[in-house]
Amino acid sequence: MASIQGKKMNPTRFHPSQIKFYAILIPMAILTGLPIVFIFSQALKPVNELYLYPPRFFVSNPSLTSFRKLVETMNSSDVPIYRYFFNSIMSTLLTVLCTVAITAFAGYALAKKKFRAKNLIFSINTMALMFVGAAVKIPKYLIVYETGLIDRFAVHVIPALAMPVGLFLVKQFMDQIPDELLEAAKIDGATDWYTFRKIVVPLSKSSLATVVILTFQTAWNTIEASELYLNHDNLKTFAYYMSTLTTTGNDVAGIGMAAAATLIMFIPNLIIFIVMQNNVMSTMAHSGIK
Amino acid sequence: MSKRNEQKREERSAYLFLAPYLILFLAFIVIPVGFAMMLSFTDFDSVNFPAWVGLKNYITLFTSDAVFMQYVVPNTLKFSLIAGPLGYILSFIMAWMLAQIPKRSRTVLALILYSPSMTSGVAMTVIWKVLFNGDQTGYLNSLLLNWGLIREPVQWLQSTEWLMPVMILVTLWSSMGVGFLSMLAGILNINPELYEAGYIDGVKNRFQEIVHITIPSLKPQMLFGAVMAVVNTFQAGAIGVTLAGSNPTPQYAGQLVLNHIEDYGFLRYEMGYASAISVVLLIFIAVCSKGVFKLFGDSD
Repeated sequence: MASIQGKKMNPTRFHPSQIKFYAILIPMAILTGLPIVFIFSQALKPVNELYLYPPRFFVSNPSLTSFRKLVETMNSSDVPIYRYFFNSIMSTLLTVLCTVAITAFAGYALAKKKFRAKNLIFSINTMALMFVGAAVKIPKYLIVYETGLIDRFAVHVIPALAMPVGLFLVKQFMDQIPDELLEAAKIDGATDWYTFRKIVVPLSKSSLATVVILTFQTAWNTIEASELYLNHDNLKTFAYYMSTLTTTGNDVAGIGMAAAATLIMFIPNLIIFIVMQNNVMSTMAHSGIK
Repeated sequence: MSKRNEQKREERSAYLFLAPYLILFLAFIVIPVGFAMMLSFTDFDSVNFPAWVGLKNYITLFTSDAVFMQYVVPNTLKFSLIAGPLGYILSFIMAWMLAQIPKRSRTVLALILYSPSMTSGVAMTVIWKVLFNGDQTGYLNSLLLNWGLIREPVQWLQSTEWLMPVMILVTLWSSMGVGFLSMLAGILNINPELYEAGYIDGVKNRFQEIVHITIPSLKPQMLFGAVMAVVNTFQAGAIGVTLAGSNPTPQYAGQLVLNHIEDYGFLRYEMGYASAISVVLLIFIAVCSKGVFKLFGDSD
């Protein structure tokens, strides 16, 4: 009896005793998934179905009308549609790349180097996990202003680069790399930079992939820079354009367009997460705060 | 090379690796917090140089800001004390159950439960506005009318009674984030021998198993998850304004601290006063996290 109980975790195959879990998990997943399904359904509805009364949840004749309408509306504004997408993609790519790089550097130093302020810096970073950025919008604005980043494209990237959660996860993961491995490399004459590139980075791939996902999600979704630090529309992102739809688009066509935009925002996040989800799980195994 | 030189070199290389992160961390996280504290003691309208006023902003906040004491504080407490713990417990239960089904179905179900974390709050507003629309064309209203549960359409997002529950519901919907994944991975990695040993030592049922084996072995992940839950709850807190479409929300029904900061900082340009509210919020979050650390930290 006792030994059977312990084997219930992480089972390799289906067993009737698991039915009770499915009985709760599946309804929960359906409830959680419905609003997501609704984004798809709503975005694909032709205009007459958006008007329908009583409203119907699922689309019956999917069409791309809302997407076409979205493109038209965006083209009729001063800024061409590709500009918003270009800004979104560039700012997201740059943010992701730079964040991964500086997080990997810092993680390596905190996990594998010996220096006096090490524990202090790590515990300050752990404290910063609870930092809610929105609470200090005003002083942050002043700093962005003082650094001369206002109305520059770089403002999408630079203020977003320090991510305490990312550093936390990467450092915890890098702790697992055996010290002997790095010592051996050192004795063989490897420089710090070489050790970092050829040993530390390859061995921490999953945690870095997790940082990619988390940064991507924030960078792709955020409207902070476009809303607060940029005055020229041609520097703003698609996420920002989409947020203006939610406030102005209250007519029926607007609702369809907004849903189409929401779907466009959601899909890249979903794809990246699905592609990289294995890495996330192995990173999370070391995510505890000890 | 002497040992001391070696040590020095090691330190220097450590700081070189840390420098980029540290500079940005200081510039955009630490200094803003310090700046907020300084500004909170001033009168600042964003045009003139801040004028020192001592504790005036805090005194006003706690003694004569009727909206703050009457609506914002109770709303924030209600919202964070319900949405936070509930979302957290839900994440734990879901993770615990997911750990007990085979990998393939676990991956699919975990992905669905996590998917709300991939949406952006702003983008989802569009969807919530349609689902919770206040007339009979709203999906929820139409459904409830159809089932005969209500006789008239409910103004979900504009009524003082329903805005808060909807905010909590929407926050719970997206509460299975990074913390949830962390706890799931943690449970999967608990050494199976611990369970066997536990049952030999007299654990009798699943509930005792959770209390005596799962939770103690999962403490680090549970702490991480709890910190994430605190942060998410306060970050999600601004949602009332986007749902209701106005700041302040109708009769302040969904007004939380973040909205109050925006109201004063970006609508009235009373930056000093808004900073004082920020400081109070940050202290409140720190206190919550401290509690969480007490609960799951190294107490044993």
